[in-house]
Amino acid sequence: MAERKLSKMERVEDVGRTTVAFVESVGNGGILVAESIYWLLFGVRERQPVRLSAVIHQMMEIGVRAIPIIFMLTGTIGVMLAIQGIHTLRIFGAESRVTIGIAFSVVREFAPLITGILVAGRSGSALAARIGTMKINQEIDALKVMGINPTRFLVVPALLAMLVMVPALTLFGIFTGLFAAGLYVNADLGISLAAYAHDTIDILSLDDLGHGLGKSVIFAILIAVIGVVNGAGVQGGAEGVGKATTRAVVQSISAIIVTDMLFAFVATR
Amino acid sequence: MSRNPATILEERNKRQRPQSGPDAVIEVEDLVTHYGDRMILQGVSMEVREKEIMVIMGGSGSGKSTLLRHLMALENKTSGTMRILGYDIDKISRKEFLEVRKKLGVASQSGALFSSMTVGDNIMLPLYEHTDLDPLTMEIMARMKLEVVELSGFEDLMPSELSGGMIKRAAFARAIVMDPRVLFCDEPSAGLDPVVASALDDLILDMRDAMGMSIVVVTHELDSAFKIADRITILDRGKILMIGTVEEVLKSKSDRVQALLNRTPEEDVMDPDEYLDRLVGESNPGTAHL
Repeated sequence: MAERKLSKMERVEDVGRTTVAFVESVGNGGILVAESIYWLLFGVRERQPVRLSAVIHQMMEIGVRAIPIIFMLTGTIGVMLAIQGIHTLRIFGAESRVTIGIAFSVVREFAPLITGILVAGRSGSALAARIGTMKINQEIDALKVMGINPTRFLVVPALLAMLVMVPALTLFGIFTGLFAAGLYVNADLGISLAAYAHDTIDILSLDDLGHGLGKSVIFAILIAVIGVVNGAGVQGGAEGVGKATTRAVVQSISAIIVTDMLFAFVATR
Repeated sequence: MSRNPATILEERNKRQRPQSGPDAVIEVEDLVTHYGDRMILQGVSMEVREKEIMVIMGGSGSGKSTLLRHLMALENKTSGTMRILGYDIDKISRKEFLEVRKKLGVASQSGALFSSMTVGDNIMLPLYEHTDLDPLTMEIMARMKLEVVELSGFEDLMPSELSGGMIKRAAFARAIVMDPRVLFCDEPSAGLDPVVASALDDLILDMRDAMGMSIVVVTHELDSAFKIADRITILDRGKILMIGTVEEVLKSKSDRVQALLNRTPEEDVMDPDEYLDRLVGESNPGTAHL
């Protein structure tokens, strides 16, 4: 059937509806974070504590099982940075200074960014799919009727696990990226690993490490909140879960990249 | 109707039914609710008494599932009052609300078992969350409830390893593990073959007799409703058409009630202008967009 042409008024209505939906999502995210903090602080008093076993289970899913892929990707990025850095600096005959570029790029940018994007694709989508499926299967309703707060039971463990594991994975990614880049530098320029490590430690300050890890904390919150908000908003069965999962990944990655730029702008200038 | 009223009543009378108590566990007065601009429930008033099985029936879109969600305090109403176990849900404190929740159980249409947990863990979840019992006692209680629903020995299986009927039984076991005062069942026999559905009806009656709880069942299965109900609430387009015993419902002179019992579809009277608008896709004030 041919699509009906929208009138100007209906177009304005569409824009308005989209804007309201966006503001609503942001609001829901804010409420979710506030509720999570409440349950974290007062759960014991309410006799509904956040279960450590649930947090550990989530940490295993989000963090430990992601180690191999983080190892592979950050290592590859490290080597790629070394290749490009040496290639660029060779123009000026300054390839021995490649360590500076690698150290700053890996610690401040690439390790947190790649880790964030990877966790968003892997665990943010899983979180959205899990909560969406639970919603359409009426499992969330069952929790509510049983007197179990879904935010405390489902969201807080995931959020806490993200807050611990995304920075931990970022730190792991930093070491892997720097080490892999060091191996390439050693092979290409003949700089020993010890000299490379010495140079790297000399160049980097705690501020640089804080910059990378600070970002990863914000990424962790974004991934968890966007995953949950999209999962909780699922409508229309299995197709709805698929759409919510895709939306969660796209929104998380977009939010991570924009936040990364804003963070760099605020913290670097 | 598939069978005549006399046969239905005769079959019902074969089973001794306990007298329901005079006190109401749930009272609803003039409940109005909307989804967006659409009014779903229009001034619904009803009560569920102690130890009674109240069946809510109605055609598709009559508002029975919405009413059930309200009775379980899962939806916000537009107006009206609702008391659950004596507490006005508009004035209830957070702590009291949690206590009320602990006395409610739900067996959803899909079972709503948590797929990442074993059947046993699913059943123990409310105990784990709300009691300080030691794990062994919880396991014993879970096994006892599984025995009630005739699923002994299935505690270590995952929900995906169970059949549809078994999932519903396991959902009942989880719903009754805290010995609730009110049990809600949403379409318990939906999607099941007649034999399994009938066994589930017997289970509902047995649970009420053994545990003395009130049970609210939403169903559109007439045989099932007539078998288990102490009273039936019939909803039609968001309004209560009638509330009465099975006998009263069967003898009702209301055309709408008889149409529902005889499964006669309602004649759709269409305004010709509205029909034309729908075909050409024109919108005018008061007409929803296609």
